[in-house]
This record gives sequence, structure tokens and C-alpha cells, in this order.
Amino acid sequence: MLELLQRIFRRDSYKTSKDVAHERLRLVLMHDRLDLSPKVLDELRTDLMNVIKEYMVIDEKSMEINLEKDQNCVALVANIPVIRMKRLPNS
Amino acid sequence: MGEVFVITSGKGGVGKTTTTANIGTALAMLGYRVVLVDADIGLRNLDVVMGLENRIVYDLVDVAHGRCRLRQALIRDRRFETLYLLPAAQTKDKNAINPEQMKALCEEIKKECDYLLVDCPAGIEQGFRNAVAGADRAIVVTTPEVAAVRDADRIIGLLEASEIRNPLLIINRIRPKMVRTGDMLDVDDVIEHLAIELLGIVPDDESIIVSTNKGEPAVLNPHSKAGEAYRNISRRITGEDVPLMNLENGEGFMDRVRRLLGLRTS
Repeated sequence: MLELLQRIFRRDSYKTSKDVAHERLRLVLMHDRLDLSPKVLDELRTDLMNVIKEYMVIDEKSMEINLEKDQNCVALVANIPVIRMKRLPNS
Repeated sequence: MGEVFVITSGKGGVGKTTTTANIGTALAMLGYRVVLVDADIGLRNLDVVMGLENRIVYDLVDVAHGRCRLRQALIRDRRFETLYLLPAAQTKDKNAINPEQMKALCEEIKKECDYLLVDCPAGIEQGFRNAVAGADRAIVVTTPEVAAVRDADRIIGLLEASEIRNPLLIINRIRPKMVRTGDMLDVDDVIEHLAIELLGIVPDDESIIVSTNKGEPAVLNPHSKAGEAYRNISRRITGEDVPLMNLENGEGFMDRVRRLLGLRTS
């Protein structure tokens, strides 16, 4: 009953159980799919490195890439020491 | 040469066996030669849903181990002469059959039918690997619930790893009324999460329980909504373009009042 009243009077802010399910699924699937194999992570690292190397000289050995998860979000965190910038032809 | 479909879901109790029985029966109604294989070794179910439990002599494991010929183990349906069932074994031995044997069996059967449907057990272990071993395509069954969709997502990943591309999705047990009031994930929500092609939607329907009680698949009942949904799905499998079923049964009085008062967003 309370729910019904909430629904009627606060229609805009009230979250239906479907909305809650949708949001929970989004997070759960994101976490599940994060289970990247070391091989995929390695490929990602190589691809990233190749792109960055076009612009700067980086310390490839101490480069770190990780997926960090917490309750509400997931971030790809990369720590890539730059040794020097390349001189770009049009800058 | 027939096509092998595995019907799978990850989570138990979402309607794999019901789906297998109904699609198989509906395809046979259309005149196709269909073989249903119950791959749930140890937990035989499909025979009961099909109403064929009294006629089992040999089973899947007997055929795989050469204890009988395939023809001896196949049970012909009483209603349709192009519909056959290969029942699961009741053995407790998990390793009674392996993926290579299953694959060989599927190859043998599909030479002589148009559609071979494999009813996959729940879970992602040996039984799953057996069931998908000989499959050309997969049908993933889910319900509009968080746990079922999550497991379906895992299964889709595993199917990809088994090189079964482009699985098809069936969303089962939809309750239009709950969708309308915002208390059930709708079809678009589920597709958004799983991102695979939709084969069909099936409403939650009490007639399924009645049909399981009797051992008569719901597609045989012209008044069953779920039966109609499965008949549509079967026609889509054969390549026909059939629009999605309208699940709205007309709105009730209170729904109309609420809509007129603007108390519903949908």
C-alpha cells in the first residue's frame, strides 16, 4: 500500500522494482564480464602501448594496467611512465 | 542434413525442457522430421513433458556405448510420426558420456532429420559441454529476472568459447501486467543486457502446468498463449518472418482508470 501511494505521489523520483533490477543487472554483468583472461589483458596492453608510442617514448617495462572495481563502478587504470615526448610533425 | 540446436540457459527452472518439447512438437506439426535429445544425464525429464515416459527401453548412453542401435532407442511420438525422442540415461555416473561421443551421435542423427534439438542440463559443467558438443546453433532461454539473465550472459560467453556463434534468445514467463506496472524487466531491458538476437517471447501461462501434467506440449492446445508463442518461434526457426506476439490481453478496468488519471507512465 505504501508503495502504491509512493508511486502515485512521487512518480518521478520513485524507482520501480524493474528499475532496481535493471541497475543491479548492469553492475553484475559488468563485474562478471570483467573476468578478462590474462591473454586478453596482454593484448590490450600491447595495443595501448602501440598507440601511445606514436606520441611519446614510454617506459614499457614499468607500465601497469589494471581493472579496478568497486561497488558502483569499474575503471581501467593505467600507470605509464613517460620518458620523453616525441616531436610531432605538425606541432 | 539437419541442423542441431542446443537449448540452454545456465540457470535451472527457466523452461529449457518445456521449450525443447514445444518447439520440437511445433516443428513436427509443420511436417519437419524432428529428433529431441535429452542430454540431462541422471535427471530424465523431457520424456515426461512429452508424455512418452512409458515407452523407454534404451537411452542415450546405451546408444553411445553401442549397447543398442540408434533406431532401437528412438521413441516415436504417438501424435506425430516425424517426431522422435532420445531419452536421457538415469545413471549416476557423470562421465557416462563424453563430448566426442555426443558429437558423433549428433552427426549420426542429423543425417536423417531436419531438426535435432538437444535439451541441455542446467549448469556449466560436463553436462553443458556434452550438450553443446554437436550443436550447430544455440537457443538461450531466460526469464526476466536478474539471476536468470546473469546466468544467460555467462552461457553466451561459454557458447562463444565453444565456437557456437550468434545464439538466439527466448525470453520466457513474461507477465505483461507486471511489466506494465514496472515490476518486471521488459523485453528491451533483457535484450539491452544480453545483446543477442531475439527469437521469441513467451508469456507466463498456467496452461503450461496443465499441459505438463498431461504430457501434452502446449503447442497442441490452440487456446494456450504460450503454445501460440512457441508455434511462432518454430516458424521463425524455419525461416518464416513472424511478428512478435502481442502480450497485452486488453487492459483491465483498473488499468484503464489509472491510465485515464495519468497514473501510469507506460
